[in-house]
Amino acid sequence: MSTDPYLLRVNGTDHRVGDGRPGESLLWVLRERLGFHGSKNACEEGECGSCTVLLDGQTVCSCLVLAESATGCEITTIEGVADDEGLSDVQQAFIDTGAVQCGFCTPGLIVSIGALLDSNPDPDDLTVREAISGNLCRCTGYGRILEAVNVAAAGRRNEGSAA
Amino acid sequence: MTDTRVAARTGTAPRIGESARRPDGAPKTSGSFAFSSDLWHDRMLWGGTLRSPHPSARIRSIQIGAAVAVTGVHAVLLHDDVPGQKEFGLEHRDQPVLAGDIVRYEGEPVAIVAADHPEAVRMALEAIVVDYEVLAPAVDPMTVEEVEPIHPDGNLIRRIHLRHGDQDVVGDVQVEGTYEVAMQDQAFLGPESGMAVPADDGSIDLYVATQWLHSDRDQVADCLGLEPGSVRLTLAGVGGAFGAREDLSLHVHLCMLAQHTDRPVKMVYSREESFHGHVHRHPAQMWYRHHATSDGTLVRVEARLVLDGGAYASSSSAVIANATCFAAGPYRVPSADIDGAVVRTNNPPCGAMRGFGAVQTCYAHEAQMDKLAEALGMNPIELRLHNALEPGDELLTGQTITGTAPVAEVIRSCAEHPSAAAIALDPMELPGGAGRTAGPEDVVRGEAFALGFKNLLFSEGFDDSSEAACRLEGGVATITSACAEVGQGFVTVAQQITREVLGVEEVVMAPATTATVGSAGSTSASRQTWMSGGAVKEACEKVRVQLLERVAAQQGADVSDLVLVDGRIVSLAGGLDIDLAEATAEPVEADVVFRHAQTWPLDDDGQGNAHVSFAFSAHRAIVDVDTGLGLVKVVELTTSQDVGRILNPMQVVGQLEGGAAQGVGLAVMEEVLVVDGRIRNASFTDYLVPTALDMPPVEIAALIEQAEPGAPFGAKGIGEPPSISSTAAVAAAIRVATGLDLPRVPVRPTDIVFPEGEA
Repeated sequence: MSTDPYLLRVNGTDHRVGDGRPGESLLWVLRERLGFHGSKNACEEGECGSCTVLLDGQTVCSCLVLAESATGCEITTIEGVADDEGLSDVQQAFIDTGAVQCGFCTPGLIVSIGALLDSNPDPDDLTVREAISGNLCRCTGYGRILEAVNVAAAGRRNEGSAA
Repeated sequence: MTDTRVAARTGTAPRIGESARRPDGAPKTSGSFAFSSDLWHDRMLWGGTLRSPHPSARIRSIQIGAAVAVTGVHAVLLHDDVPGQKEFGLEHRDQPVLAGDIVRYEGEPVAIVAADHPEAVRMALEAIVVDYEVLAPAVDPMTVEEVEPIHPDGNLIRRIHLRHGDQDVVGDVQVEGTYEVAMQDQAFLGPESGMAVPADDGSIDLYVATQWLHSDRDQVADCLGLEPGSVRLTLAGVGGAFGAREDLSLHVHLCMLAQHTDRPVKMVYSREESFHGHVHRHPAQMWYRHHATSDGTLVRVEARLVLDGGAYASSSSAVIANATCFAAGPYRVPSADIDGAVVRTNNPPCGAMRGFGAVQTCYAHEAQMDKLAEALGMNPIELRLHNALEPGDELLTGQTITGTAPVAEVIRSCAEHPSAAAIALDPMELPGGAGRTAGPEDVVRGEAFALGFKNLLFSEGFDDSSEAACRLEGGVATITSACAEVGQGFVTVAQQITREVLGVEEVVMAPATTATVGSAGSTSASRQTWMSGGAVKEACEKVRVQLLERVAAQQGADVSDLVLVDGRIVSLAGGLDIDLAEATAEPVEADVVFRHAQTWPLDDDGQGNAHVSFAFSAHRAIVDVDTGLGLVKVVELTTSQDVGRILNPMQVVGQLEGGAAQGVGLAVMEEVLVVDGRIRNASFTDYLVPTALDMPPVEIAALIEQAEPGAPFGAKGIGEPPSISSTAAVAAAIRVATGLDLPRVPVRPTDIVFPEGEA
């Protein structure tokens, strides 16, 4: 029993999914059929945010999205965050501030924080905490992650004022 | 190596004492870092595990015919298919790889399946028919020693009856209390996962997330009936550990399925399965009586500790040793009677978790210290300072502290640090948070303090070692160690140490595997910076000496005249100046096995020089409590810690903040709910870990630096103390806010609204 082939547009490129089984989650298809292992599987019920991707610019837990239902959407995974010039400001800030320990939550957090800063380049502490409260991290206690957000946001403000 | 001169500064790559960046930072942020759940092989099959639905049952029969017939299924294996030793275990080999005629906990593995798709695995697992004779589970740790043994090894895993000093001492003032700590889950994010790949010669490769490759290797080899050399374990990316990866989980299962099918087999636990697939922090029931003179001098502590080990031993022996040895906290106590027992029940197996044993007793001894301060009419900080351990003091075990013990400095710096906690104005910042349930008028604030300590490294005479190799070639150093990097940052520190000793810029960390190097020991007990860091340091020092001797011989120079400076070998007298890359065109290599100072077993009275070193920490917590709804908001945590020497300030801060978060979790929300032996909340929907909205800022008042003898660069392990005193401080602050006893953590809303079981 397999689904009809369908297309998923991931990081600007169309991918054909053949031989899918009905009911496969977007997370599963991204990871195990298309090889985008950057989105992580930690709870698979929408509680931990490790699988966060952007669906038409909105953050979603890809474990809760039926893969076939994402046809026609622009899907952005962690693999699509860095560009030809290298890591994004948020990725670099994570490295520079010590926000990465085991790193399992990191891709989901970077997608969430990138989406936050794109919509609000100067969030206050509570706004940041609220925005990432759907992303569990077990290693850091969030202190260095909040610092990474501050560093990335400050970088964008400086860039904005320099421009 | 007695020569501890370090190479002069070259280049810009950070060395000891600087906030070096993680070498795995870029792949971890870009999503390309391969965790154990990310492994892939074109020919691979998926594995799965059938688990017992009963905490206690006899297996009458298992029928696998229908499972084998499911399309895509390649193997269904049972107890009799285990090729070698049928049991494994970290300290006692008492746990079946697959259950034989009996199951002893809910979730115990009974059968394993390999198939071409996880859905086929699921269908096959459902098709296996197990006929159980369900038995009444033995789940009460307080009475289990009196009932029929549930395991051939008996229901008592270990008892230590520690007696120290004059047993007839009685204090002018006595305080008594009974305390309970619930079961905590490590809740690492990366689920148990891995891949086994069979080789043509009958040997096997296992890629797995673990804390101790060589211990796993030896247990797996025994269970497969292979020589250790025929089983190669390589560390796959580890998504957190915190103690939960010290024991085997899917290791033997994967290898059996791969051998049986002659195909690579991958397995990834679901979160629900993960709750059943690893050990948890031991629940504890503790009774204490403290005796003091009227001026607040502790004269005697009595305690009875019962830890629930669950169905299998795991590291219970070490956990009860810590709980017992450190039962009274970092205070001078001349007389003690501590009876510590860890027992076997049909509850989920318990074992290592960050701070093992010391977390439970810290919560109790700090509650006692506050109670004693109140009984004496004394300031609780003053009481702690008055009794604080100092170097040269004796522990409850009779062991004298010969290393550093800056306990008073830790207390003072934390207690005196100004608080930045404001009064919350936004309802989001009040107890109840996003629920916006609290009104400021219902909220009371509390502030309290706790102090904790535990041993670093392995204790009780264990031959604890770590091997590391250094190869310097063309000016590039390659470090080989089987140390499990689980997120703590060993790979960063190992590079810093290498740069410091050899003055090189580029340091390559070779893969951690049993195939190339001997054991690094376990990534636990705050031991890897000291042990594997020490091994790396000595290997690098040996390379440096060999290199200088070789250059001296080649150049006809006096070796004592040669130094490594700025990536060059120069003679102090002048005349010689050779580039390091050129000097190491022919490689220089060294391999060392590092050991810490010897320890000894505890005697029948729990006395002996059983430990190597100790680390101390303090936390001050400020909480807001909605007494009507029983909700708690931790507003601020302030901490000081005894760290020896700081090797990487950024990573130290990360450990202190992360450890505190796990302590906050145990104080107010984290509990594996076990009813009649069954876990009722095996998911992240129902088992709550702190989010960014739950965690307060962690203010670091002081990192006390006193170089610890025997430790590389004087650096103590720092991973566990943050989890030890944080829980006790938060619980104490809730007590101050509410005036309640709160003899149990986590503190639940009902404990505040309906105290004393009035619910």
